Amino acid sequence: MADLDEVRDTFQFLDDWEDRYRFILDLGRSVPQLDPELKTDDRLVRGCQSLVWLVPHFDPEEGCLHLEIDSDAHIVRGLIAIVLAAYDGNEPREILDFDIEGLFGELDLMRHLSPTRGNGLRSMVARIRSVAEDAAAHATLPRR
Amino acid sequence: MPFDPLAAARAFPLIDRGENVYLDNAATTQKPAAVLDAVRRYYETTNANVHRAAHALSDAATQAFESARADVARRINARTTAEVVWTRGTTEGINLVAQSYGGSALGPGDRVLITELEHHSNIVPWQIACARTGATLAAAKVTPEGGIDLDDFDAKLDQDTKIVAFGHVSNALGTVNPVRDLVARARAVDAVTVVDGAQAMAHFRVDVQELGCDFYAFSGHKMYGPTGIGVLYGREELLEAMPPWQAGGEMIEEVTIEATTYARLPFKFEAGTPNIAGAIGLGAAIGYLEGIDASALASHEDRLLRTATSRLSQVEGVRILGTAPDKGPVLSFLMDGGHPHDVGTLLDQQGIAVRTGHHCAMPLMQRLDVPGTVRASFGLYNSLTDVERLVAGVHKTRSFL
Ligand SMILES: Cc1ncc(COP(=O)(O)O)c(C=O)c1O
Repeated sequence: MADLDEVRDTFQFLDDWEDRYRFILDLGRSVPQLDPELKTDDRLVRGCQSLVWLVPHFDPEEGCLHLEIDSDAHIVRGLIAIVLAAYDGNEPREILDFDIEGLFGELDLMRHLSPTRGNGLRSMVARIRSVAEDAAAHATLPRR
Repeated sequence: MPFDPLAAARAFPLIDRGENVYLDNAATTQKPAAVLDAVRRYYETTNANVHRAAHALSDAATQAFESARADVARRINARTTAEVVWTRGTTEGINLVAQSYGGSALGPGDRVLITELEHHSNIVPWQIACARTGATLAAAKVTPEGGIDLDDFDAKLDQDTKIVAFGHVSNALGTVNPVRDLVARARAVDAVTVVDGAQAMAHFRVDVQELGCDFYAFSGHKMYGPTGIGVLYGREELLEAMPPWQAGGEMIEEVTIEATTYARLPFKFEAGTPNIAGAIGLGAAIGYLEGIDASALASHEDRLLRTATSRLSQVEGVRILGTAPDKGPVLSFLMDGGHPHDVGTLLDQQGIAVRTGHHCAMPLMQRLDVPGTVRASFGLYNSLTDVERLVAGVHKTRSFL
């Protein structure tokens, strides 16, 4: 799985679109495939031209959010790898504070986050943030 | 004389910039300077509300607006301008028929017949009309080539069928449907026919009397005209008998608090201030199209389609969807190992604008069992060089996947 600093560093060296997209496709190959049984409609992220499935697990002991995400499109899997590098295994608060738009802007991938893109990246990020919000609220509840 | 796409391209400022290979013409076409100028000239010299005031500017605006309606009537061979209703586009035209005609003509036990090839805007308005009236909706199957399965069409076209609605040219596959034949079949059971002409108008001459259909809807922006303007053609007897669907100014003859008499056709269906500049722009687009030799244009676009089809079928792993013998210049395809979204993104990086996805025809995608397609759709300013760039782009894309 990709490490965020590595992703950032590598992107710095790639100056033409071909190398950048080959790298994105490579990143996509590192994302584990979701168990087909988990690819159910209730896990689909809406607003997607390609299909994206999101399976979040909040571990209350660790206080961390673990994410499994998959797509039927290769480039989207590459973008998922970047989202996972930014979010996976972090605390809900860290996820909410993370500037994902800034990251995509820095990597010159902002167009993939645009509302018209229809690739679901934006809805996926919104869904993860809403899960993180629920988890954050849950985590601050007094224990019974 | 053969059609010269390079000369045509110079008439379209956005195409002339040459920054993109624009192959998304089925979504919307670019606009020639003649259309842009007409809209600008209208605002600069003639802008006023129509049909209302007793001043000269309003007279001039009304005249320009109504003259555009006459251009449309001539272009589609409507009997009178009363049969030409301005709409926002194809979608609004079909909704008008579904709500006004469908709402009054349909009842429990009646049937509306569409096809699996339809754009959502020729499906959902009928679902709503059926839900309101208790009628049922049936859809004729498509063949593996992407045509309407005529046996299934006939089997579903029963005596209870009151409305039959289908597209002239499929936006997803390019299939040109045999409209005259379908209309004749519908006539045999006294059903009214509604044709979605969104993808036809830019490519060939449509004659509504020759087709024999009762309604024909299209959009200005897909035939080199502005967005936000379209036309619903309807046979006068039918339009006359139909109730208005939206109410307000412009569509009334006289209003008292107790009752209203409606304006004559076509104004009865044009509530509110219309898109005057859009109508004038559409008139200019028709003028532009009329200046082009129709058969030279048709052979040019057909050559683009045939060349693209044969060149892309030679690329390993490419599968073409939609192989009907009669097609408009629309080419849908899939690539092994790549989702349409991947292919579209990689073509976009190479400056080639295609559409990917379900093309607002999800039932068709389900029938073909594909997640969507990559669609290249051609316009008159596209050239064989554009086709070659597409083919080269597809080869390069393949090297990524
Ligand atoms: C076949 C067909 N029908 C209807 C429409 C809807 O047209 P509009 O969005 O201009 O109303 C389109 C355009 O997308 C189309 O291709």
